[in-house]
Amino acid sequence: MEVVLEEILINALAKNLSGLQHVAVGASSPIPGAAALLAKRQSKGTMRVSILGSEDNNFFSDGGKEIFDIAGQGRMDAFFLSGAQIDGKANVNLVSVGDYAQPKARFPGSFGSGYLYFVVPRVFLFRLDHTPRTLVEKVDFISAPGFSEDNIYRPGGPYKLITNRCMFDVDKKRKCFRLESVHPEHTIDEIHEQTGFKFDMPDGKVPETPIPNSVTLSIIRGEVAQEIAEIYPAFASRVFGVDKVV
Amino acid sequence: MLATQLNIDDLVARIPNGAKVALPPEYAYCSLTAVRALIRRQAKGLHLVGVPSLGFQADMLIGAGCVDTLETAAVTLSEYGLAPRFTDAIKKASINMMDATCPAIHAALQASEKGIPFIPLRGLIGSDILTHRKDWKIGENPFAENDPVVYLPALRPDVALIHAPIGDKFGNIWVGVRREQMLMSHASKDTYVTVEEIVDGNLMDDLKMKAGTIPGIYISAMTEAKQGAWPLGIPGGYKADHDHLKYYVDLAKSDEGFQQYVDKFVLASVVEAAE
Repeated sequence: MEVVLEEILINALAKNLSGLQHVAVGASSPIPGAAALLAKRQSKGTMRVSILGSEDNNFFSDGGKEIFDIAGQGRMDAFFLSGAQIDGKANVNLVSVGDYAQPKARFPGSFGSGYLYFVVPRVFLFRLDHTPRTLVEKVDFISAPGFSEDNIYRPGGPYKLITNRCMFDVDKKRKCFRLESVHPEHTIDEIHEQTGFKFDMPDGKVPETPIPNSVTLSIIRGEVAQEIAEIYPAFASRVFGVDKVV
Repeated sequence: MLATQLNIDDLVARIPNGAKVALPPEYAYCSLTAVRALIRRQAKGLHLVGVPSLGFQADMLIGAGCVDTLETAAVTLSEYGLAPRFTDAIKKASINMMDATCPAIHAALQASEKGIPFIPLRGLIGSDILTHRKDWKIGENPFAENDPVVYLPALRPDVALIHAPIGDKFGNIWVGVRREQMLMSHASKDTYVTVEEIVDGNLMDDLKMKAGTIPGIYISAMTEAKQGAWPLGIPGGYKADHDHLKYYVDLAKSDEGFQQYVDKFVLASVVEAAE
């Protein structure tokens, strides 16, 4: 069976979670969820994973506030954020396009982003629809800013931006993205064309995002697929052909 | 002391027009039977507070013209897509939107729970959420130098409107780990609740139950309502009615479709109203 994009992304994300103690995943995030579950298996029992909407992977017992309190205390190492728009300064927009008072498009809202982006050390920006419409020069509404002034309490922030075409690293000093790797079958020219913001290029040749090795692939397609089916049955069925065991 | 038990229409009659009403998120226990009753009685000018997000409850109340102001971190129908009546109302600027972030709502309710005037919260500085929230302020951490922090005024809803699996005749309400509903009850002036079942005995007699139980002192009135969350589900109980929710989302794409839905499932639900 050929390796699919979802599996490449799950593998790439999981590598960036290695060694962490607590990884949390929010709503509507099947690929980050699967990556967290893969990283947990690879951690041999040292990583905790909490997934919103899961009963098997959700240890919170103090209501909706606990996930934010735990993050505010520094007990959450990684989280995933998406955005209707993400800009070159890593600002995230989950609210609206056009004038805020009477927008052209309205999305659900900022959820916890206006807080978690500040306090979680590794925030992964994840957006599958990589186009100049989604990756823009400047967002229309800042749900959460990419970077802050020096006097603002900011232990957290952007760590990587992962799309369906490539992965970007974050340059915290220059406050911008740097292309890290290009997924198989995609090109640097295409990424320049499809990205609405300017980004840095790495020194030397841009690597291709690695595909998972056979051991990892069998874990993804086996235990991880089974486990993610609990929360995302449609995703597990489409990508892995796995049906939820009731 | 025994709790006040009412039928559903009398319960929502206690929620005045213009009230600030806190509602739980849809992964907790939501009283859709009370939402339908509010629409039947043509409630007006409600200020809904999502704790911390809303979905079908808000979309239906907005569509029915019951809502003036929305204060929430998000309105989402999750897998069913964007909330159609909410989206339409925002694009027409026909409701007042107070965008928030989840922990700000929790924290502001905690301030109210403690009876303190405000509470500081990290994050938010540099966001447009803060830009548009004129009721929030940037202040200084009084215990440090040059450490700006956001101050949120205490959020005191007039009403918390919740559902629960069980209650007892003393108004003790079991919500288990869905403790945002406990926070909502502590922070609000009145809590109105529908429960799947009113059980015999006193929930406070069993320490295992007591840990997840809202004491009757917070509960202003209650209604027994089997399947009271329908078409949503309840954690650990019945599942959401997916076909019905999909049907709602399709119809609610237009004003006319929404009105058809209301005619069929809200106004015509004589059985529910009579209960």
